[in-house]
Amino acid sequence: MIQWCRYRALFHMKRSLIRLEYIRHEPTSPVESEPEMRNKIQHAVTEPSEQSQVIAICLLAGKIMLQSGGETYRVEDTMKRMAAALGLPHSHSYVVPTGIFFSVDATEPAKLIRISERTTDLDKVSEVNAVSRRIGQGQLKVQEAHDLLLEIERKPSGYSYAVQLSAAALSSACFTIMFGGGWGDFLPALICGGIGYAAVILFHRWVRVKFFAELTASFVIGMLAFFLVYVGAGFERDKIIIGSVMPLVPGLLITNAVRDLMAGHLVSGLSKGAEAFLTAFAIGTGIAVVFSLLM
Amino acid sequence: MLHFIGQALTSFVASAAFGIIFNAPRRMLLHGGFVGMIGWIIYLVLEYAADAVPATLAATIAVGVISQLFSRMFRAPVIIFSVAGIIPLVPGGLAYNAMRSFVQNDYSAAMGMAAKALMLSGAIAVGLVLSEVLNQLIQSISRSARVKSTTK
Repeated sequence: MIQWCRYRALFHMKRSLIRLEYIRHEPTSPVESEPEMRNKIQHAVTEPSEQSQVIAICLLAGKIMLQSGGETYRVEDTMKRMAAALGLPHSHSYVVPTGIFFSVDATEPAKLIRISERTTDLDKVSEVNAVSRRIGQGQLKVQEAHDLLLEIERKPSGYSYAVQLSAAALSSACFTIMFGGGWGDFLPALICGGIGYAAVILFHRWVRVKFFAELTASFVIGMLAFFLVYVGAGFERDKIIIGSVMPLVPGLLITNAVRDLMAGHLVSGLSKGAEAFLTAFAIGTGIAVVFSLLM
Repeated sequence: MLHFIGQALTSFVASAAFGIIFNAPRRMLLHGGFVGMIGWIIYLVLEYAADAVPATLAATIAVGVISQLFSRMFRAPVIIFSVAGIIPLVPGGLAYNAMRSFVQNDYSAAMGMAAKALMLSGAIAVGLVLSEVLNQLIQSISRSARVKSTTK
């Protein structure tokens, strides 16, 4: 008996050693770009083993959802359901806003994906959801599902920048009316909101710091609102500013943070709440700077 | 009356436009706008009748329940519908006024407004929790009804 145990232990050690070797020799660069990552996932799937293919699909689905603004509990739930439907019933997934851990059983090593860039694309969340539902009903083969997910990941956003900008401008103008502004402030808020949203996109492209982009954009909005009222184009400065700032308000983050906290994902909920607070703080600071400069 | 129609219209457009900002699927934009409109009208009426905090609470619950209903009807994630509805309820105006008072060294007024803004955010959070609980109740009731009807 003891001998057998020793043999098993030795065997396991050997296996893990081999694995370590494998990990060490894998060519990895510290900063991995998107296409490289995609290639790697594709590469992993072309491996013969069915299990690794399923794992790759689950990771890909989770990655798309998390990058597109899905709630943490939804990502975990979707990954587990997909794995169960494809024949791996005892999987575990642990999702935080910056990464995904996924393991299929106790003996296999867990897989990890790092999420560095998060945007909001609810269309992708809903499409991955649809794919997972079809897998659950048994309508999709593994390879088909993988192709579909890759297609979803590559798909550009459904609306062009121009459309999004005009949507932001329109919603700013509408919010100005909703918060008690007169119809005379509709047009100034439209201009302010549009330029503010354009500013946040532009600054975020130049400087990869979200906090700074939001701060500068709200500064621009404040300056513009002061200018428009000074020139005589707008009437109520406060209403214009409040309406124009609305597209920057972290509404999705707040909702997701509360839902995650409720579902028991304390780490994700708190970190999303912190991100929302930071964004709100950036907007407030930008406006406060304008006030202290001009009043 | 005209005021109400204007508010309903603007809240519908604003919520639908937020759907575009968040890249919601095209065929779901109008639904999101509808949820936002209902939430905002409930908020307006109750704020006029009572206070902003219960109004926000009731509106958030309504938004949550309707979004869950839509999500099951149209087989799409809940956030597509709920996000646009929640955003008008976020106390942006109060937070702004509080910040402005802080900058102008009027701390007593600023603290009052900041506390109110915090209360409103809390109301949103509680409303989301309550709507989730309500939905789970509805779901379990409908499920047990279904089980009963199949066993009969």
